[in-house]
Amino acid sequence: MSVPVRKFDAVIVGAGGAGLRAALQLSEAGLKTAVLSKVFPTRSHTVAAQGGISASLGNVQEDKWEWHMYDTVKGSDWLGDQDAIEFMCRQAPEVVVELEHFGMPFDRLENGKIYQRPFGGHMADFGKTPVQRACAAADRTGHAMLHTLYQRNVRANTQFFVEWMALDLIRDADGDVVGVTALEMETGETFILHAKAVLFATGGAGRIYSASTNAFINTGDGLGMTVRAGIPLEDMEFWQFHPTGVAGAGVLITEGVRGEGGILLNANGERFMERYAPNAKDLASRDVVSRAMALEILEGRGCGKEKDHVLLKLDHLGPEIINHRLPGIREIAIKFAGVDPIKDPIPVVPTTHYMMGGIPANYKGEVVAPQGDNPEVRVNGFYAAGECACASVHGANRLGTNSLLDLVVFGKSAGNSMIEYIKTERQDWKPLPANAADVSLARLARLENQTGGEEVADVRNAMQKCVQLRAGVFRNDENLAKGVAEIKAIAERAKRTQIKDKSKVWNTARTEALELDNLIEVAVATLISAEARKESRGAHAQDDYPDRHDDEWMKHTLYDGATRSLSYKPVHTQPLSVEYIAPQKRVY
Amino acid sequence: MNEIEKKKVIWRSRRGLLEVDLQLERFVRDVLPGLADAEWQRYADMLLLSDNDLMDYLNGKAQCPDPYLAPMIDRIRAHQHTDLA
Ligand SMILES: Cc1cc2nc3c(=O)[nH]c(=O)nc-3n(C[C@H](O)[C@H](O)[C@H](O)COP(=O)(O)OP(=O)(O)OC[C@H]3O[C@@H](n4cnc5c(N)ncnc54)[C@H](O)[C@@H]3O)c2cc1C
Repeated sequence: MSVPVRKFDAVIVGAGGAGLRAALQLSEAGLKTAVLSKVFPTRSHTVAAQGGISASLGNVQEDKWEWHMYDTVKGSDWLGDQDAIEFMCRQAPEVVVELEHFGMPFDRLENGKIYQRPFGGHMADFGKTPVQRACAAADRTGHAMLHTLYQRNVRANTQFFVEWMALDLIRDADGDVVGVTALEMETGETFILHAKAVLFATGGAGRIYSASTNAFINTGDGLGMTVRAGIPLEDMEFWQFHPTGVAGAGVLITEGVRGEGGILLNANGERFMERYAPNAKDLASRDVVSRAMALEILEGRGCGKEKDHVLLKLDHLGPEIINHRLPGIREIAIKFAGVDPIKDPIPVVPTTHYMMGGIPANYKGEVVAPQGDNPEVRVNGFYAAGECACASVHGANRLGTNSLLDLVVFGKSAGNSMIEYIKTERQDWKPLPANAADVSLARLARLENQTGGEEVADVRNAMQKCVQLRAGVFRNDENLAKGVAEIKAIAERAKRTQIKDKSKVWNTARTEALELDNLIEVAVATLISAEARKESRGAHAQDDYPDRHDDEWMKHTLYDGATRSLSYKPVHTQPLSVEYIAPQKRVY
Repeated sequence: MNEIEKKKVIWRSRRGLLEVDLQLERFVRDVLPGLADAEWQRYADMLLLSDNDLMDYLNGKAQCPDPYLAPMIDRIRAHQHTDLA
């Protein structure tokens, strides 16, 4: 079957902060640049970011990029690559001021400079005292960033392909990336986008969990495409959690609720935190509370029909306190849990928020994969930036506001690398391999013809329940081993999903089936990577191995999809210009 | 509004914010199919709002200033509240 081909210098999949920043670099350099997005660019998930973007501008208090770097290395629990971390923290002031010049409406000080707020984990003087480092645009930082970058791209003549879903990466016989296949929702047609360089900026994959703060579009498509193309995924065991999201919804309930006297109960009505943290009880730290909640659920003391959550009880505080001191909480509980907390407890569960792992990349945004003895050989023509990439700056745990920074630093850096590559190494298009669209066409044909299969939603629910229970905040050998077996079985079911709607255009059922193909790859990668890591580091808290073991485990995991096997590669301990920050115990 | 346009509207209910996704998903499932074409159109026009504005209106944090769109916001909000267990 012949598939129409369109040619561009650069193709970028994803129009969030990372994709838009990269596109701007390329378009302003005069390259013909296409950006694909499943949704209108300014509805990318970056719009959800409220907290801000970090940069050691020192506008409010003295600050230095070396201090920011130290915080990031420590936050990463020494799994972050120190060259990439130095690169990001050093670039931060420049890229933030650039955003300001692009017209991003940052909050300002009276002297006109960008205002900076305090944020958890931001410290001066190598971890000694808090410093104000977060730059924000009211509580709409992500929104402001997307609008600013989108406008700039329109001016620079970036070509947007809105409501187009990339399906697969195209590699030639040399393994070089020469384009992507994509489905235009409005026509239902499949196209080949032939490119000299391709960037993935497809964002996170939080939807592999049943409890996630991520929007529905965060299905890890870039990761699925990468694995299917034979390129591994890095550090997929590391996911960041919040203790209290509304069960079944994911919307967060602020920790202030427990501060005001809210308590957690299990199915027996027991205030279980008294057992885990006799002094602090419900006010223990995030990780302690999350772990206790997960353990109660795992041991069968969860609440509800599925025994899959615990309860956050507030009614004893009385309507006065609930209405006045916890504004918005009642509305959230009514809307997303269907309970009025003045009368009934809110079902809550630890909720996933951010994916630290992803497509292995270096600080230039180049995707790197093992070849022979070298664990990091550049995949020609392939780049990744933003949450889908693993540079790795976040290591085992991300510092708040470092993600928005990651988007603009590595979006720009990847854009520059692509320009360089196109101008010096790939002035002309490499030919497309024969049958370049075959993988995608086969996936579509299977969905078209599948009989006797399962509903997409059923398989997705099974996957989400499994990942939530087995690779959530509470991890141990037994639980993870069960999870690996379960998720492999679910992955078989995902191969036989069936859709009733076979229509051509705007077929959301088909889109969701294609998304599930990607989610399941991420879910399997997460469980297999987590099961193998016999230590606790950052967000990976393994109960059977409560300590960090640097001698054995200060290394990055690489998951290969074809064989479902793991290999490892060293952490980059050598920063670009400063001294190595040697591992210490991570205490705050 | 024809079937194809309606299917487009359903896809466009996918947003960048989880809170909006959840509320629109429920509305699209339970209420939208039963509405007249003019209301489908009003819903489609409402989807042109930015995610943050839409969330503030749906959460009652701000009033939708557009008299044409406000009734649709109210309808979605009302559907949430009748869902109380
Ligand atoms: C509630 C919340 C609050 C947050 N607050 C902060 C904060 O204050 N500070 C901070 O630094 N970080 C924050 N984060 C994290 C941060 O927002 C994200 O990590 C970041 O926005 C991801 O940006 P991105 O550009 O990588 O991807 P996204 O913004 O998620 O964009 C992904 C893009 O890829 C497109 N796409 C995906 N798959 C395909 C496909 N198959 N075909 C075509 N297009 C596709 C999508 O349409 C979209 O355009 C927050 C996260 C959440 C959930």
